[in-house]
Formats: sequence, structure tokens, C-alpha cells
Amino acid sequence: MPMFSHEARLKRQALFDLLFRNLTRAAAFGVLALLAAIIVSLIVGSMPAIHAFGPGFLASSDWDPVNDKFGALIPIIGTLVTSGIALFIAIPVSFGIAIFLTELAPRILRRPLGVAIELLAGIPSIIYGMWGLFVFAPLFADHLEPWINKHLGSMPGIGQFFSGPPMGIGILTAGIILAIMVIPFIASVMRDVFDVVPTLLKESAYGLGATTWEVVWKVVLPYTRIGVAGGIMLGLGRSLGETMAVTFVIGNAHELSKSLLMPGNSISSALANEFTEAVGDLYTSALIELGLILFFITFIVLSLARFMLYKLGKREGLAS
Amino acid sequence: MIAEKIVTPKLVVRNLNFYYGKDRALKDINLTIPEKMVTAFIGPSGCGKSTLLRAFNRMYQLYPKQKATGEILLDGENILDKKQDLNSLRAKIGMVFQKPTPFPMSIYDNIAFGVKLYQALNRHDMDERVEWALKKAALWAEVKDKLKQSGTGLSGGQQQRLCIARAIAVKPQVLLLDEPTSALDPISTAHIEKLIDELKEDFTIVIVTHNMQQAARVSDYTAYMYLGDLIEFGDTSTVFTNPKRKETEDYITGRFG
Amino acid sequence: MLNLYTRRRIINAAGLSISVLAMLLGLFWLCWILITLLDHGLPALAPVVFEQVTPPPGSPGGLLNAIAGSLMMTLVGTLIGTPIGILAGTYLAEFGQRGWLAPVTRFINDVLLSAPSIVIGLFVYEVYVVKVKHFSGWAGAFALSILVIPIVIRTTENMLRLVPSTLREAAAALGAPQWKVITLVTLRAARAGIITGVLLAVARISGETAPLLFTALNNQFWSKNMDQPMANLPVVIFQFAMSPYEDWQRLAWAGALLITFSVLALNIMARVIFRQSATTH
Repeated sequence: MPMFSHEARLKRQALFDLLFRNLTRAAAFGVLALLAAIIVSLIVGSMPAIHAFGPGFLASSDWDPVNDKFGALIPIIGTLVTSGIALFIAIPVSFGIAIFLTELAPRILRRPLGVAIELLAGIPSIIYGMWGLFVFAPLFADHLEPWINKHLGSMPGIGQFFSGPPMGIGILTAGIILAIMVIPFIASVMRDVFDVVPTLLKESAYGLGATTWEVVWKVVLPYTRIGVAGGIMLGLGRSLGETMAVTFVIGNAHELSKSLLMPGNSISSALANEFTEAVGDLYTSALIELGLILFFITFIVLSLARFMLYKLGKREGLAS
Repeated sequence: MIAEKIVTPKLVVRNLNFYYGKDRALKDINLTIPEKMVTAFIGPSGCGKSTLLRAFNRMYQLYPKQKATGEILLDGENILDKKQDLNSLRAKIGMVFQKPTPFPMSIYDNIAFGVKLYQALNRHDMDERVEWALKKAALWAEVKDKLKQSGTGLSGGQQQRLCIARAIAVKPQVLLLDEPTSALDPISTAHIEKLIDELKEDFTIVIVTHNMQQAARVSDYTAYMYLGDLIEFGDTSTVFTNPKRKETEDYITGRFG
Repeated sequence: MLNLYTRRRIINAAGLSISVLAMLLGLFWLCWILITLLDHGLPALAPVVFEQVTPPPGSPGGLLNAIAGSLMMTLVGTLIGTPIGILAGTYLAEFGQRGWLAPVTRFINDVLLSAPSIVIGLFVYEVYVVKVKHFSGWAGAFALSILVIPIVIRTTENMLRLVPSTLREAAAALGAPQWKVITLVTLRAARAGIITGVLLAVARISGETAPLLFTALNNQFWSKNMDQPMANLPVVIFQFAMSPYEDWQRLAWAGALLITFSVLALNIMARVIFRQSATTH
């Protein structure tokens, strides 16, 4: 039987404690290093493009691989507009779903329906893209777009955004597919956020004779406002960076068009389509700079989202 | 009966102050805990009795912002000294908590966990130690056929006796019991109280309890604390039948607290 | 003019009906997508899909190389990402009470959790593919592991925080050093939750396409060599679905069905494991 002296044993355990602690610390530090490495590598990769085009890159709508002239304006607009459309549709729908799941659904249904929504959020985005291309786009072209053309396209002012040939694919379709993709995501964050409202608070409102809708609107929403905003921002971050759901249906055209029915491009779809085929350092570098811009935008949006959700969490911590 | 025993001091507390951040939770506590006897800490919630108990094995050091000043002498050696190794201190001073805390492993491994930390026993010796500890904790008969089953599957009272067995398997000198029966039913409570009476043959026991009848039943000495002060300390029969201080009497007779 | 009470009731009913409609809309899409997948995917899901490699257009073939490549890269990506994630999550939950590192890491990790995966692909391309001068299965696995890490960190931290502190105290009270308390007691108590997190991470990466485009790329042929470009289901689906060839599109549907149902199965499995552990405690 091996006998360890007590001293040696204590020393060894102190050493193991130190090692283990520093191992976990190194892993945590690795996350920060990873972020730094991503940023640095993207900046280094975009250096040729930054040198060649300067800040004008952001404002130029050129995209001419033959003559090595590149600008980010079209994909940036495409990214922002598709995400804007997605949120425009997704916010009310997700809100409705979250209300249903927290306030309306019978107890027995709450869990299975919540799981169904979470499963919808788990479906890979490429499936949404394929479904959009093969199922949604043809229906959209045959039935919805002619209607949009006829009714919205002839309206003064906004008409110019809704005219054009009914092709099925384009900015609007991409926005709708994105919306379908982020709805379950935003809805489940909102549901979690609504769940932090103390039951007592809701019960006191019901006790005063408030209707469910009034409780939601006047108690739940004010209480969770910042968390709801955080959830929406999180969804925005998701849709800005989404590649596959967009690439299938956006049309991948470097054209600036006022109409939402026309094909366009987003940062991620430009990357997905062109990166492996890009010849020449400047072309590649311009694409990497697009990636840098995308990372920068999403980083800010996601930081804001987390900041808001933390704030809700903190207030919850103080309240309880 | 107490007078017949020779009283040797096991733990001596000198000018102990305790802080949660800036809040002073214990104020100049001086106290002597006798060896191989049961000392009970009583008092209303927030009086510092658990805090005092947790100073004996420096459990507070798991948390930042908690600190103790003064001295606690274990057999004459100051355990609050910076040089004192925490782990070996805790091997000498065992602890059982309010709620049962079985580890997510088998009953056997629960007991062996602490023993393995400081002793390299062979299979046979370890089996004997596990059996010894479970017998001491009056649990052996109930679990001897299911030692390989998870400790989390036992009833609440059994889990608490498992935790006592786990604590004594290390053969500590002192056993700290932090309201060990507050989460248990009356029958399990009676089991544990009987156990405490038997365990004091081998261990110095310090128990924190909310239940004054329990303190009266199991302890030899009682300390009454209030708002971080030690109000009264003496042998249990005196404290309960003839308290020196009015505050103690009020608390014990139920006029307060 | 309606009286106030009636108006309130009408607003209530209208608001709630819209909420029900929203829920139905969500479920409707889930069903529609699943039905489309079954409709197009099932007829295409012949045994040949699992027996042959991806064909040139016009000839018969399957997805064997893509399935194998996906499995290998997902496995390696998970094996690399999980230990790092568990260690870092452990730091956040167990050692993170003081200092700046834990709050900053927690924040950055939450941001990385939803960072665009295509940028992760670009990053691996820049730091690895460019250096070794060719696309490879390793590059794909690295990109996937970067997606695994934040998910595992988040669940590990959350699950460790659910472990009652009395359990840590009880282990420490026996004189166990901290690394033993954590590895033998706390992590073990959180085991089911952590496994859930890993399964969710596997589900997430097995459908990821964007990070593989510039890393693993694709390979028409059977290859077990991780140092070569590697076929994988998502990229094959992308290429085949976007192609004009009908037989390729059919294979893409078969692949889409396979991926979706494995992802859903993993998600459901994760939930079942988590729920079971929750009921035994």
C-alpha cells in the first residue's frame, strides 16, 4: 500500500487545483482570443481592398470583377432590407405566438406547442432556402406577386417598391423566408422573457378585473419591454447573418433596384456564391471586407441584444 | 451527569468577528467547545449561529467578501491562520447540512469519496470502513444490499444518515451539524437525535438547531445567540432551567422569537 | 357608442384571436415544410442513396460520400469543441465570481452564439485553408468546432449553476480540493444537462452549410482523408438544389430529408434526456 506523506499530498492537491483552475481559465480566455483572431484575420484579409477602395467601398455600387472595381453598397442594402422585411413580419407574429404560449394555451398544450416552435427554430436554414426556392417562390410568383403588382404597385409613393415582373425570387421573397426562419427564434426568446413576469403581478391585475389582453399590454409588456427588445435584436442579428435561407431566393444580382420584387444580393449570399470562385486577390479581398462589415454590424446588434437581455435579468434579480 | 465528566476544551473561540462584506455578523465571540460532548447553538433566525458554525471549517471561504477575524483554536492551533491548509482542516472537522446532500454516485462511493481523499485503503479495508461508517450512522441494515445503487434514491431521512456516515467515515475529530433535522419528518428526526447521542462517544459535536426541545434533548452545553452576540453559554440544564440572562429566558419560554 | 366594458371585451377578443392565428401560422409553416420534405424526399430516398457516391448529372448515384463526410466532420468538430466548451463553461460557473475575465467572456460568448456562421467559414479559410493552400475536411471540422464551443459553454454554465451550492459545500466539507469537487461532484450532477447541450450543438452543426463552403468545399468522390476537400450533405444539397438537373435536385431532397430528420431527432433526444434527469432529481 503506497503511503503518501500528508504534506506531499496537500502539495500535490494544491498543484492540481492550480492546474485545473488555469486550464479552465485558459479555455475561457480562448473565447476572447477567438474573437480577437476572427477580427484580426478579417481585417488582414480585407487590407488589399481597404487600400484600393478606402471608405468609398461602403458607398459604391460597383461590382465589376473583370475590371477589379468593387463596392459594398448593394449587398449592404440587400442585407438591411431583407432583414427589415423579416422583422416587419416576424415581430407581430412572434409576439402573438409568445402571448399564446404564456397566457392563452391550455396547460397541457403549452409544452408540446413550445417544443414545436423550438423544433421549427432548429430546422437547418438550408431547408428554409430550398423550400423557399421550390415551393414558396413559384406560388408567390403565380398568386401573390400579380396581386401585389396590381394593388400596391399602382399606389402613389410606395408603388415604385412593388412593381416589376413576378419572378418569385427577389428581395421580398428573401425577406419573407427570413421571417419564417426567425419567427420561432424570436418567439421562443419572447416566451422566455414573458415567463419572468412574476405570477403575483399578473394575478393582481387580473384581480382588478383586467382582461387577458390588458394584462399582456399593460403589465407583461411594460415589465419585459427591454427583454422583448433584446429578443428582437437577437432575431435581427440572426437574420442579418443568415446565409442559406437568403441565397436560394434572393436572386443574386448585383443590381440596385427600387422594387422589392427585383432580385438583389445580400452580404452573406454574395459570399456564398462568389467566394470560392473569386479569382484575383482584390476580388477575394473585397469579399472578405464584406464579411468584416457583416461581422461588425451583427456584432453591434447582438451586443445590444445581450445588453438588453442582461438588463432584464438584472432587474429580475433585484425584484426577487 | 455532566459534572462527572472531565471537560477538555476542543475548540476555543477568541474574539471572533465575522463580516459579510461590510456587515458584521458576529461580534467578539468568546466560547469554549468541550471535547466529546454535544454543544448546541440556538437563537432566532439571523442571529449568527450558522455563521459561527461555518467558521469552524472555514466554509465561508468558498465565497468572496466573507471574512473572519480573531482566533479559533483547535487543540491549541489557530485554524484561522493563513497557513492552515483548508482541505486538511475540513478532513478533521466534518459537516452535515440542513438538507441532505448525497452526491450523484452510489451509496458506497458516497462514503468512499471522502476517505479516498486522504487515505489509500485497499479494497478490503475500504469495504470495512464503509460498513463501519454506515453502522455508526444506523443505516447499514437498510442499505447493505444496495450499496451500488445511487444515493439520491434513498428517502430523506436515509439520505441525511448517509451524509452523516459520509462525514464520520473520514474519522474527523469534530462533527458540525447545521440544523440536520429541519428538513426531516419526526421519525427520521428521532433516529438522528438518537444517533447524535451515540456519536458523542467518539466525536465532538456542535449542532445548530431551531428547535429548542431538540437542543434540550441532545446537547450537553448550549449557547444562546442574538443578533451576532453570544448572550449566554453554559451547560444545557442550567441554560434551560435557570438562565442567567433575561433575554435567554424570554426566548426559551417563547415570549420572544 | 359602446359602453366601456363591451369595448374592452371586444379588444380582448380581437387581440387574443390574432394571437391564436399567429400560433396557427407558426404550426402551419412547420407542417408545410415537413410535408414538402416528405413529399419530395421520400420518393428519392432509395437504398442507392446510401450505397453510391454523388454522381455527375445524368447518371445514377447516391449521397454516400456526403453522408460519411458530414458524419466525420461533425464528429471531429464536436470532439474538438466540447472539451473546450465544458472547461470554459466550468470557469464561468465555478471560478467566475471575481475578476473581469468571466463577465467579459460570458458576454463575448453570447455574441458568438449567434454570430454569422459564414464569417466563421471566412475566418477558418483565412487562418487555415490559405496556409495549407487547399480546402480540407480538417478545415471544415475546425469551423464546426467554433460553432460548437459557444453552445457548450452556455449550457455548461447554466447547468452548473443549477447544481445547489450545498452540494459543493458538502464535498468541500469533506476536505476535497476544488478540482475534485468540480470534476467528481458538480460536473457529474450537471451531466445530463451538459449532454443535452452537446446534442443540441451537434444538431446545430449537422445542418450548417455556410461555414463549410470555404473550408471543406466538396468532393465528388469517396474520400476518408480529412486532409482533402470533403463531401458533406449541406454543401451537396446546396449545389444540387441550385443546379438545373432534375436527378441532382431529387438527391438534394433526399439529403434535405435526411438532415432535417436527424436534426429533429437530435433535438428531441436532447429534450428527453434533459427531462428524464429533471424528474429523477
